[in-house]
Amino acid sequence: MAKESVPRQKMPEQAASERRRNFKEVPLGYTPELAKLEASRCIQCKVPGCRKGCPVGIDIPGFIKQIAENNFAAGIAKLKETNALPAVCGRVCPQESQCEAQCIIGKKDEPVAIGRLERFLADWERSTGAVKLPQKAAPTGRRVGVVGSGPAGLTVAGDLILLGHEVTVFEAFHKPGGVLLYGIPEFRLPKEILFAEINYLERLGVKFECNTVVGKLVSLEELFAEGYDALFVAVGAGLPNFLGVPGENLIGVYSANEYLTRSNLMKAYLFPEYDTPIVRGKNVVVVGAGNVAMDSARTAMRLGADTVTIVYRRSREEMPARAEEIHHAEEEGIELKLLNNPVRFLGNEKGWLTGMECVRMELGEPDDSGRRRPVAIPDSKFQMPCDLAVIAVGAGANPLLTGSTPGLTLNKRGYIIAEPETGKTTMRGVWAGGDIVTGMATVIEAMGAGRRAATSMHKYLSLGW
Amino acid sequence: MPYTILKKRELAQGTVVENVIQAPRIAAKAKPGQFVMLRANETGERIPLTMADSDPEKGTITLIYQVVGKTTAMLKNMEVGDSILDIAGPLGKPAHIGKVGTVVCVGGGTGIAVLHPITRAFKQAGNKTIAICGARCEDLLILEDAMEAASNECMICTDDGSCGYHGFGTDLLLQVLTRETVNLVVGIGPVPMMKAVCRLTREHGIKTLVSLNAIMVDGTGMCGCCRVTVGNQTRFACVDGPEFDGHLVDFDELSKRLAGYMTHEKESMERYKGECACKAQG
Repeated sequence: MAKESVPRQKMPEQAASERRRNFKEVPLGYTPELAKLEASRCIQCKVPGCRKGCPVGIDIPGFIKQIAENNFAAGIAKLKETNALPAVCGRVCPQESQCEAQCIIGKKDEPVAIGRLERFLADWERSTGAVKLPQKAAPTGRRVGVVGSGPAGLTVAGDLILLGHEVTVFEAFHKPGGVLLYGIPEFRLPKEILFAEINYLERLGVKFECNTVVGKLVSLEELFAEGYDALFVAVGAGLPNFLGVPGENLIGVYSANEYLTRSNLMKAYLFPEYDTPIVRGKNVVVVGAGNVAMDSARTAMRLGADTVTIVYRRSREEMPARAEEIHHAEEEGIELKLLNNPVRFLGNEKGWLTGMECVRMELGEPDDSGRRRPVAIPDSKFQMPCDLAVIAVGAGANPLLTGSTPGLTLNKRGYIIAEPETGKTTMRGVWAGGDIVTGMATVIEAMGAGRRAATSMHKYLSLGW
Repeated sequence: MPYTILKKRELAQGTVVENVIQAPRIAAKAKPGQFVMLRANETGERIPLTMADSDPEKGTITLIYQVVGKTTAMLKNMEVGDSILDIAGPLGKPAHIGKVGTVVCVGGGTGIAVLHPITRAFKQAGNKTIAICGARCEDLLILEDAMEAASNECMICTDDGSCGYHGFGTDLLLQVLTRETVNLVVGIGPVPMMKAVCRLTREHGIKTLVSLNAIMVDGTGMCGCCRVTVGNQTRFACVDGPEFDGHLVDFDELSKRLAGYMTHEKESMERYKGECACKAQG
């Protein structure tokens, strides 16, 4: 039987009717049999496109070959040569626009399910309890500080600890993980998996210092004075955008950051077992159509909403969320109200949200982003009742650290200017990467920036600036 | 380094507690008017508390809080030697201290604890400082001796007349404003008090600073939970404040937002009381 004739294997998942009311992970993962079958679809290209499509350059055919040959231990070892967080990446990377988009099988058939296979290996290793530590290089005596414990920071930590440097990661919150912890819900990335990845880094020797707001508690200059030889700044975007329309400060209007932080980091979905409260809306609107909007909408559904509606001013084609996320959301009963734009929020005398007024939109000429500009249709205002609204229209650069670090040069939007190839900033001994350089992007792009910075930092620590 | 409670003192008939806590790194940086985010235990909420004092030499910070909800009730039940799970800070902008002339510092309830280091700093900066401390009754009045020491003149008032002037802090403030030239007023306390102070000083055209105790989650500008309307603009109390020009603050909106989780808070508190009662019966 020709390899192409094996169809792309589906990953079993919780039925939409059940999962829409629980926080358990949606996809259940491949069985070893399914994984081997899917791995057999890879034709082991000599010059693999998938590897070029991966921001951290994982040897994809290499680990898939091991799965196909039933050598799962060798497969995970291969994967971990270049990726310290495979269980996370296998779940949250947009493979369809990266590795899988370059897969040769995908030209005629559906591409090899690289993300599902990556996830399979990481889960297999964790479930067997046989997580092996790779050999570390001899200690160099050099100290590296990483500011922020999101995907970029964790990648730098994982890379540099293996090269023999001492690594300390500073986190402002009380637990490490950054956006993986406060932003991505349990049903997409179970926290237990994130903690296992962080525990792996701790076992390698990475130190985590939580409750450490760099820029307030300690400055970059002071960290150098404390004996750090190089610093990596990856504090994330972290400044929520609001719409700037009347009524936005009514109770029941949240930024997506607040809504998701309450639910994910503070576990407000388990209130009153956990103390942090969260507004449980009956009729919920989510403004925006990216992955964060999908996460917010699906969280609201799981918190018992009768209706959850995504309101977006453009059309389906322009929705920035991953197709899979939109599909999952729709399956769970979330409605899309496209080509509508909120103009104000309505409230009662106690200051509680009761509704939202929108205007209908149509698409006009393309704008700077190349997307057709949404234009309001005259006299098309209408009101919809809602008791919870989540604003998920992106984030800007949080100035907490950058504002107190004059040595860093920022662009006009407040992001740190860093060399794309190395992550070097204008401040000697300081690198930066992730959303605080690029603006809001994906987990794997942040990891890619971390990988490039780690390479450059290692060179500096060995040879000089 | 654990955030160990080194001293514990109950004030105002046990409705207010003072803790001196080991936190050397925070103490080294803390300035009057700044706050910390605190989480008492693993299932706890993150709450902001403005520091009442800090001692860089001893490596301690002082928190004074009114027991109003579950987190503060749990804190009150902690003893010397116990550790608070998480404290992050110092956060927020420090109070603007400068030499302006005569400064009147009006404090109400636990707000006096926050006002105290600010009053002291204004006096140290060479200002004539007049403190006005108010409470519902004598039993609930806190830190009157400390405020006496931190100011050039300290006036006391209670709503029921059980101590000092019988009436509100704004009455005493009006007396001072009528009597002498005042360059700056600082008002810190319950929202209705700050609102009343600002109404009065606006009429007299005297700049007034307030410290806003909005609900927060991260305390670093990341979530926008603490947004307040100041001069018709949305600002974040955690990073743009907590100190703001009182004449520009929308206090009504702040009051409503502070009451947003009242039902949740009651439920948490009732549950906690039940748990405590069970343990006591044990």
